[in-house]
Amino acid sequence: MNALKKVSNASNKFASQWATFVIKNKWLVLIGTFLLAIGLGSQGKMEFDGDYHVFFSESNPELEAFDALQEKYTKDDNVIIVLSPSNGNIFTKENLNAIEELTTESWNTPYSSRVDALTNFQHTSAEGDDLYVDDLSYESSLKSNTEIAEIKEKALKEPLLVNRILNEKGSVTAINITVRLPGVDSAKEIPEVTVFTRNMVSSFKEKHPNFEVHTSGLVPLNTAFFESSMADMALTMLMLLIVIITTFILTRNIYSTIATLVVVLFSIISAVGFIGIMGIKLTPPSATFMTMILTLAVADSIHILITMLQKMRQDGLNKVDALVESIRLNFMPVFITSLTTVIGFLTMNFGDVPPFWDLGNITAFGMTMAFIFSTTVLPALMAIFPVKTKVRKETEKTKKNWYASLGNLVANQPLRLTFISIVIIGGLTFLATKNEFNDEFINYFDESVTFRTDTDYISENLTGIYNIEFSIGSGESGGINNPEYLKKLNGFEDWLNEQPEVVHVNAFSEVARRVNRSMHGDDESFYRVPDNREEAAQYLLLYELSLPFGLDLNNQINVDKSESRVTVTLKNLDSPEMIAFAEKSERWLVANTPKEMHAIAVSPMLMFSKLGFRQAESMFNGNIIALILISLVLMLALRNFKLGLLSIIPNVTPVLVGFGIWALYKGQINTGMVIVFGMTLGIIVDDTVHFMSKFLRARRELGYDAKQAVVYAFETVGKALVTTTIVLLAGFAVLSTSSFALNSYMARITVIIITSALIIDFVLLPSLLILTSKKKEKIIQKKEYTQVILDK
Amino acid sequence: MKTIILTLTLLSTIGLFAQSAEDRGLEIAKAAENADLGFKSSTVELKMTLKNKNGQTSERLLTTKTLELTEDGDKSLIVFNSPKDVKGTSTLTFTHKIGADDQWLFLPSIKRVKRISSNNKSGPFVGSEFAYEDLSSQEVEKYAYKFLNENGNLLNVEQDPVDPKSGYTRRIVTYNKDKGYRIEKVEFYDRKNSLLKTLTYSGYKLYKNKFWRAASFNMVNHQSNKETLLQFSDYNFGVDLAEEDFTQVALKRAGN
Repeated sequence: MNALKKVSNASNKFASQWATFVIKNKWLVLIGTFLLAIGLGSQGKMEFDGDYHVFFSESNPELEAFDALQEKYTKDDNVIIVLSPSNGNIFTKENLNAIEELTTESWNTPYSSRVDALTNFQHTSAEGDDLYVDDLSYESSLKSNTEIAEIKEKALKEPLLVNRILNEKGSVTAINITVRLPGVDSAKEIPEVTVFTRNMVSSFKEKHPNFEVHTSGLVPLNTAFFESSMADMALTMLMLLIVIITTFILTRNIYSTIATLVVVLFSIISAVGFIGIMGIKLTPPSATFMTMILTLAVADSIHILITMLQKMRQDGLNKVDALVESIRLNFMPVFITSLTTVIGFLTMNFGDVPPFWDLGNITAFGMTMAFIFSTTVLPALMAIFPVKTKVRKETEKTKKNWYASLGNLVANQPLRLTFISIVIIGGLTFLATKNEFNDEFINYFDESVTFRTDTDYISENLTGIYNIEFSIGSGESGGINNPEYLKKLNGFEDWLNEQPEVVHVNAFSEVARRVNRSMHGDDESFYRVPDNREEAAQYLLLYELSLPFGLDLNNQINVDKSESRVTVTLKNLDSPEMIAFAEKSERWLVANTPKEMHAIAVSPMLMFSKLGFRQAESMFNGNIIALILISLVLMLALRNFKLGLLSIIPNVTPVLVGFGIWALYKGQINTGMVIVFGMTLGIIVDDTVHFMSKFLRARRELGYDAKQAVVYAFETVGKALVTTTIVLLAGFAVLSTSSFALNSYMARITVIIITSALIIDFVLLPSLLILTSKKKEKIIQKKEYTQVILDK
Repeated sequence: MKTIILTLTLLSTIGLFAQSAEDRGLEIAKAAENADLGFKSSTVELKMTLKNKNGQTSERLLTTKTLELTEDGDKSLIVFNSPKDVKGTSTLTFTHKIGADDQWLFLPSIKRVKRISSNNKSGPFVGSEFAYEDLSSQEVEKYAYKFLNENGNLLNVEQDPVDPKSGYTRRIVTYNKDKGYRIEKVEFYDRKNSLLKTLTYSGYKLYKNKFWRAASFNMVNHQSNKETLLQFSDYNFGVDLAEEDFTQVALKRAGN
């Protein structure tokens, strides 16, 4: 005990000396920290990356499989523009003409390689040995009513159009613009495409007000990622305002508010410098770093300032003495909470989702800087400012009483409260297991985002937005013309079409059937795959000869014609359904085709579906490590092994409670929420540390019994805990307004967890402290008592 | 009288200088056409190598016969020799100075000739980076011209396709005026007017002391990073083909 006391004394001594040094050299410290912040900030560079690929680490096997498929075939992104004329019929002269115009204009989209629309669809018809290949509707303004009726009939029979470019009623159609982004600088290329298509759509709407227009596709998805990063960044201003107001209300002092503002701004500027130095490109999750740092950093300053002002107001200390005393008292707690927060955020690196690595690292760096600035520039500024306070005692007293009575209430019925808590926590923990992963990336965006509502419209009225793809091998070069292969492929296509989840199937077997029919004068009985290999190969050559600009076989067939691609468009499925469908399809291939035709399903959607599971799996170790590290820090900080162990209960249970309540609230969790354990652990541990250390001090130094010590802890830190919780809640509440679910869900569950943490620390923790102390109460009390005497 | 002559000389000089870029461009295109006039007919062996962005390749062997026509576009007959499963497949094309070309296809597997009516000039030729319009005979009437600049013996002319169904807004063609106006390079700009492809000719040889023929055409697509190389060998200008070698019957015969 004596040795530890010495350590504690030493740290107190260091903190006092530190404070004295800073106050003495206040101008130097101010200039030094200013230069540090500006120096780091000057390296700062904030670039955004909107490409959905950023969510996947390079070693992600789903990404690898998807990239491999894109390497074999053409790698394309798209913009899909969906048109719904108010008269509910695409097939009028005016409407077809408008579509034709927009199609022509769409060819001007930057990086576009192909535009597919109803009007430029290559329609093949056969009359005897004559084959006619032509645009479905060209120069539509010159068409007669009978011609338009024919076009309608042809279009609604065309499997390549229906449920893809045209709905079954013929009331909604799409223009699909394929773009080939060079991928050199997504921050430049994607907005180029977006700006062009948005302008094009708005001038189209002006000219043709009778059309409703909705836009989706991979480029708009990337844009939506992009724009939600920016929007979440803008939340920082709101948070800054909240910081100013909260600090002012809590400290009732303008100088404290300014000093806090300087600390948080310096921390953010430094973090921006870190982003620049590390070359991090911001994504929606990592773009929340400013709000995170603001929320977490402000707590440090508030602790120091409140103590300082209390010392001045209540104890009548002068400014410098109050400041030194405040630093002495707060240096260790602020250091420990910063350390645990940094550990919590760094555990995000264990996950498999790179944007969260960035968020963790940026915030960890920002928090480290916040600690440095809170203990340097904050006292320096407070020393410089002419801070004056009036001594007021009464108001504080009444508040103290409130926390004391809460403390008494808890201290008098520990067993009962423990029992109630355990029942509630147990129930919620059971519920927590009922949550299901769902990373439907369309639903990452809430309904305030146009991309989401447009995409919903499209999936309700035209086609599915989700798809999965297979690359089906034949085992030999040119083998896709093997009739056996074609028959099996056709079988797979038919099976897929029978599945209730499927909206549309695009397979090479359909091409083979179609060309076969054309070669037999459009005889429907030949709408089947060719019977021999030469025939199939020569038909394929003919088909190749008829492909329009911007299309080649490589969209569907690999270079040496040994594999072909099957694209399945699906209804809106949630992640578990999506994974189930993919597995079902893979199993069908295994059961019904030779080995070389077995393939695994890939697609961006499938990658997102598996992302939550993958993240949870990889974060598991990280969370255990965080728990061990943070418990170790607590044991050291409290200098008590038993209490360190006990602290695991109030540190872990809030997360269980949080997910339990979430199961009642949403029941579906996403990748963003997987990180909250490590993250909130680092934050909520703050409450436990403060409460337990005050409890221990009361026991060790003041010789109180457990009940008295609990009441003492309530009296001394009750207010501080409520205060910091309010600040944290404000910050995460701001984030929870994000339109991006990875951020808003994460923030919402953090709000629940932080609130539960406070309640648990006020109810369960004190009850447990009393219960576990009871037996040895007298002995400890005696020991403590003697020791206090000895120390004197 | 003197003044009249002087004035005329002056006017014609001015007229010469004032020759518009459009006229100069047309003049060059015509000069190129004239320089190639009179080859009558030829046959050539062709190896087509397709290369994708990862460097994977696939090859096709073809034989091409061409018949020169002056009133209308040339006629051509192409026979596929490999890969094995398409061996004997052949196409017969009548290019027209105005309007859609005529095309017939013979498929040995079903032993039938199919006529294909298509306005699809901008589509790729059997999966290559060459569009039909890049390979069909270059009739002067198909473009509007604009002379751009002169660089030593090289003349750059912009050509805007007349056909609205063309896949290009313009092409920039480099002629070599010292070598019978042979074409050295063509740059293709797509419908949004960004550079799509570059075609480079190399290994030129002079046949019959008049006709420049390149041994290889290399087409690079800058947007997809794919390439197609056409290598010609065994040029034969002495075959003396006639109209009857370019009929549906001949097409059937060629494929067998």
